[in-house]
Amino acid sequence: MKCSEFLQELTNYLDGVIDDRTKTELEDHLSWCHNCYVVCDTTKKTIEIYRDSQLYELPEDLRSRLRSAIVSKCHAQKKAGSEGA
Amino acid sequence: MSAIQPTVGEPVSDEMALVQAAKAGDVGSFEQLVKRYDRNVFRIAQHITQNREDAEDVVQDAFLKAYTNLAQFQGQSKFYTWLVRIAVNEALMKLRRRRPERMVSLDEDVKTEDDSLPREVADWSPNPEQQYNQAELRDILTRTIQGLPASFRTVFVLRDVEGLSTEETAEALDLSVPAVKSRLLRARLQLRERLNRYFQKRENGDANRGDGNP
Repeated sequence: MKCSEFLQELTNYLDGVIDDRTKTELEDHLSWCHNCYVVCDTTKKTIEIYRDSQLYELPEDLRSRLRSAIVSKCHAQKKAGSEGA
Repeated sequence: MSAIQPTVGEPVSDEMALVQAAKAGDVGSFEQLVKRYDRNVFRIAQHITQNREDAEDVVQDAFLKAYTNLAQFQGQSKFYTWLVRIAVNEALMKLRRRRPERMVSLDEDVKTEDDSLPREVADWSPNPEQQYNQAELRDILTRTIQGLPASFRTVFVLRDVEGLSTEETAEALDLSVPAVKSRLLRARLQLRERLNRYFQKRENGDANRGDGNP
């Protein structure tokens, strides 16, 4: 397996959606190709760091403000709907 | 090397009951759905629009649109996937309004197939994120992901941050599964490459802290 072939399969490999034979070929490639090992390992870390990053968490005060606004608009719409019916 | 496991395990058992009650006019049930997914919608919206006020608007507009159109939701997909589709469209509309000079589309395909092939291969410190304090790390991650084209950013956020499956991501974005896979690979590789400067191992074992100006 060439490095370019390895890269094509990287996403499937990281997501665990490859057949056993391809997985064995990929892991054989990883055992001797240091560059691909590093790319694979650091790509995995990239995903984990973003997944754990808690970027853009919704603050509780803003959260309840938004929810109140949504709920009151839903009530208004429901009322308008029933009056129009 | 083990596979990455998605983190979202949706409690869908009572979800259809909430959707049915909301369809029948119970706003309280709809509020439960809002509580369940408002954080996700906010994150997705802010990742796409890159603007806090726009993201707040998107949360309100997307849920209101979902409420108004609940009758159209037939349950072939999960409620969350249907909601994400609405939210992504609202967020893209905001982005287009803010950047009218540049057409923003999920169909944009950027450069050639080789554009995300690794140019620089350098190993990282064992726990690279711990080399920075929380504010520094947040700044690095935010600026790095903002540098991706909207079409890559959106796929990465839905798939890797929010934990949608490849099929759900394709459905939410109206893309084919191969298109999602191709963008996801390139988004992951580009992010990795851009993070290199901050996280790579130095000769003495310390992380390269970069200069904060990507």
